[in-house]
Amino acid sequence: MTMHGMRGLSVFISDVRNCQNKDQERLRIDKELGNVRNRFKNEKGLTPYEKKKYVWKMLYIYMLGYDVDFGHMKAVSLISAPKYPEKQVGYIVTSCLLNENHDFLRLAINTVRNDIIGRNETFQCLALTMVGNIGGREFAESLAPDVQKLLLSSSCRPLVRKKAALCLLRLYRKNPDIVNVDGWADRMAQLLDERDLGVLTSSMSLLVALVSNNHEAYWSCLPKCVKILERLARNQDVPQEYTYYGIPSPWLQVKTMRVLQYFPTIEDPYTRRTLFEVLQRILMGTDVVKNVNKNNASHAVLFEALALVMHLDAEKEMMSQCVALLGKFIAVREPNIRYLGLENMTRMLMVTDVQEIIKRHQAQIITSLKDPDVSIRRRALDLLYGMCDVTNAKDIVEELLQYLSSADFTMREELSLKAAILAEKFAPDLSWYVDVILQLIDKAGDFISDDIWFRVVQFVTNNDDLQTYAAAKVKEYLDKPAVHETMVKVSAYILGEYSHLLARRPGCSPKEIFSLLHEKLPTVSTTTIPILLSAYAKILMHIHPPDQELQSQIWAIFNKYESCIDAEIQQRAVEYLALCQRGAPLMDILAEMPKFPERKSSLIKRAEYSEADTAEQSAIKLRSQQQTSNALVVTDQHPANGATSPISVGELSLVKVPSMITSENDTSTDLSQQNGALSNVDTQPPSADLLSDILGPLAIEGPPGATVQSEHNAISGLEGGSDAVDGSAIVPVEEQTNTVQPIGNVAERFHALCLKDSGVLYEDPYIQIGIKAEWRGHHGRLVLFLGNKNTAPVVSVQAIILTPAHLKMELSLVPDTIPPRAQVQCPLEVVNLRPSRDVAVLDFSYKFGTNMVNVKLRLPAVLNKFLQPIQVTAEEFFSQWRSLSGPPLKLQEVVRGVKPMPLPEMANLLNSFRIMICPGLDPNPNNLVASTTFYSESMRAILCLVRIETDPADRTQLRMTLASGDPTLTFELKEFIKEQLISIPTAPREAAPAPAAAQPTPQIPPNDPAAILAGLLS
Amino acid sequence: MVFSLFSEGENKVLCWCFFYVTLAFIILMLYEMHFEKVIRELGGVILSRGPKLCNFVDWRGFKVVYKRYASLYFCMCIDQDDNELEVLEIIHHFVEILDRYFGSVCELDLIFNFHKAYYILDELLLAGELQETSKKTVARLIAAQDSLVETAKEQASSISNIIAQATK
Repeated sequence: MTMHGMRGLSVFISDVRNCQNKDQERLRIDKELGNVRNRFKNEKGLTPYEKKKYVWKMLYIYMLGYDVDFGHMKAVSLISAPKYPEKQVGYIVTSCLLNENHDFLRLAINTVRNDIIGRNETFQCLALTMVGNIGGREFAESLAPDVQKLLLSSSCRPLVRKKAALCLLRLYRKNPDIVNVDGWADRMAQLLDERDLGVLTSSMSLLVALVSNNHEAYWSCLPKCVKILERLARNQDVPQEYTYYGIPSPWLQVKTMRVLQYFPTIEDPYTRRTLFEVLQRILMGTDVVKNVNKNNASHAVLFEALALVMHLDAEKEMMSQCVALLGKFIAVREPNIRYLGLENMTRMLMVTDVQEIIKRHQAQIITSLKDPDVSIRRRALDLLYGMCDVTNAKDIVEELLQYLSSADFTMREELSLKAAILAEKFAPDLSWYVDVILQLIDKAGDFISDDIWFRVVQFVTNNDDLQTYAAAKVKEYLDKPAVHETMVKVSAYILGEYSHLLARRPGCSPKEIFSLLHEKLPTVSTTTIPILLSAYAKILMHIHPPDQELQSQIWAIFNKYESCIDAEIQQRAVEYLALCQRGAPLMDILAEMPKFPERKSSLIKRAEYSEADTAEQSAIKLRSQQQTSNALVVTDQHPANGATSPISVGELSLVKVPSMITSENDTSTDLSQQNGALSNVDTQPPSADLLSDILGPLAIEGPPGATVQSEHNAISGLEGGSDAVDGSAIVPVEEQTNTVQPIGNVAERFHALCLKDSGVLYEDPYIQIGIKAEWRGHHGRLVLFLGNKNTAPVVSVQAIILTPAHLKMELSLVPDTIPPRAQVQCPLEVVNLRPSRDVAVLDFSYKFGTNMVNVKLRLPAVLNKFLQPIQVTAEEFFSQWRSLSGPPLKLQEVVRGVKPMPLPEMANLLNSFRIMICPGLDPNPNNLVASTTFYSESMRAILCLVRIETDPADRTQLRMTLASGDPTLTFELKEFIKEQLISIPTAPREAAPAPAAAQPTPQIPPNDPAAILAGLLS
Repeated sequence: MVFSLFSEGENKVLCWCFFYVTLAFIILMLYEMHFEKVIRELGGVILSRGPKLCNFVDWRGFKVVYKRYASLYFCMCIDQDDNELEVLEIIHHFVEILDRYFGSVCELDLIFNFHKAYYILDELLLAGELQETSKKTVARLIAAQDSLVETAKEQASSISNIIAQATK
């Protein structure tokens, strides 16, 4: 054969290879780069041969891993050379040196296109190859039609068409729109009739990509694929050169079966039968042979057939055949087949219900866990993880634990995580679970992430029966001579909480427990010391009667750490010491931790989202799909709880008991409430700013326990009273069953909002509802701002507006869930139909953790919002006043029990209701005259006139006269103003005397309960 | 699909490699990681594996299918759900074609004629997919390319002869 080498290139390569070390090599390379650079500078003197040579040298240097930052243009320019040899070098070097986003590539697009549409098929091939390897989006947009033409052209030879097919595949991956051409699917189907197997193989690759994205368009290809498969499998009419070790193109067979896996089913019975015959033949007719390549090729086909059978989920008979085959494979000597056997068993678990049959092979799979090949061990681990359920969890987890000691370091973390998840999911009893985790920590402490020990602490805290057992168990581990630090952490926590339960056992006196823990202190890092200090404080608290000696010992330790350089340790030492010395309050602060809210296991979450190793993902995904978890483990019931690493946050506060109280309103709220010395969030003044609270430093992770705080009871009691006095048609009835108490006084917030247009309507530890309103005539637009103050989502959010008959209200969609720390805005449109004092109510409910909260809140879409102040002249006022001569258009009433206030204050009050005081109209300085317009849909604008005559001698009574062109409006407005003037908290309703004039009956639609109620009360 | 090839040496783990990248996310990954680093890392994983183990390893969420021929390792990086054995035989198919072309191929053949290896690979794989499964066809196409280059060279030399004679 001809070796038309390049001497210069060969010399350079052997020079580089002969370099003794990296420095020499670098030197040689630098020299060459300098040389090439110089030669390129002076282009005219370069022959085509030299150009080629230097470009090859550049490529070689690049392949060795050196940066080549010049000469790219030279490579690109060779593409447009007229002769084949230069063009060829140009295309190949460009494909290697440039990526698809390189600017120079754009310069070449035109040349490339000319080569593709030109007549020279060798040029076409070169151009298609480069585009197929590095073509980007721009190429897809400008070249796709030309490439499609080549693929479908009957005049092109196969060598061009097969390249066109794969080039199109590349362009399709860059821009899937390129196949959105009429009739493309039909042409694809036609391509499958191709006789040339090179073109057919390439087209099949293209088809795999197309159907994987959208199989719907390509149904017509399905029978053709089956036909091709049949033709190949029966070895009909396949040219000798397309057989590989006697097997008719195994690659084409594999690709064809791949295509079929993207169709959900095969409807046509004939096609289906044909396909199953072929598959049956492949499954049964594949024997293990001596020749490695033949064996590999035939098994490549076999495994693809298995995948197809699994996908089509055929007659169960075939499925069990598959499992039997796989069972055979996992026991063979050939490592590749063993590996694939395990891998495919894991895949099989995902698609069909064959768990029981696979379980029969458990022993063999466990043997594979000890395989010399780490790749095989990984697959075995995946499979064991996937096939684990309640019945075999004990065996499998025990095997994993055993294997842990001998496993490679690269696998230990994965292994321990998987063992921990399985132990949690399928624990036959929780003490076993504790055993497993402690063993894990003992055997592979370095590989145990914090999540794992946090989780066991959660279980122990939440299960009373487990506490004594866990305490005894960790003590056993602590007795061992060498203990991992993670074990010290978990032991310190558990013994701090529960060692008193062991107090009567030998060797478990508080003193002994303390010294056992304290022994470990010199060996641990600063992250563990705080946990130990907490444990000491808790142990001390549990001793009855106090042990002076132990106390002084522990105090001495706190004393010592009071000046520790680590802020966390120092803070704890100072606080614990102060608490200890106080005596009594210590009891409460250091009481047992409350139960944790149920959460989805962060381990499982971590496993689900782990991106590091997608190999394991399949099995984990599969696990999470199978909800066979047993009843003991209730962790999955509240998946909405805690969006981001719930355990780490929750656990943080758990471990840092008192020091966190000041900043975190967590499960320890009740403790801080009882201890007045520590301030609590709830006592902060409620902020009027909508955002400041939401974005404030609160970080409430889980819902607090059912703690009813006394101060809030007082508030709600007060509120109840005021509501009764208030006499509005509908009053918010605070759900007394709610364990969540509002922050601030709901009634006051409402009254404030009646006067202003934005503010907070409601607030509790989880949520804040703000309102912003705009009023124009009889229209109003309110926006409710629902803000979640927590780091966990608020779910099952429901907002229903109970609309009184005189309003038309439309609330936009309220989302079901408010994400953590998010605020959603819900616009609410209001139209006022006619005058009424009825109040719309927002029935708002949500769920946070296990708390279902429901509140009914009055909305400040009240009568005065539809008023517009208007300035009238004395003339206008008096002519109107006179024309509205008496009831029902003009009403007068003597009001008693008025909140005593100076006249200017009353004037301000009226002004704030948009009833405009007209000074100087009434000659008597003790009287007020005011005017306003009322807007409603039925009546548009109506002028209302008000006169209030006060008695300077008795400020608690006054006479009020109202006049307007509408009897209902007159009455309603009079009542409204009266409500505002009488003293709210104290005045009993009876104080209001019957109206002096005959009362007009307000129009009450019979079906409106709110209005009826209003009618009854007034 | 990444196609690479490297050989064992004392200081130089990698002798050289081919890269054919198709899937967008692999491209991203490769551009973030320097090419040399990919090879060094992958080389570390593969060279540490003893004989008689299977031909597949997990690597950065992909699978790498590799095969050793004397001191040369050929490897391909594939997706998790690709058919491993099929890819393994693509490697062998490539080696057989190289063998046929060079006549009992050895490492030095590939090093000194790396551009040839590129030509051959371009006839075998495109867009990361297998393009031609017939050894005969590939051989024929490469031979045709060679003869094109030869012809061009002869023409060039004959032209230069003519010019040389004319200028005498």
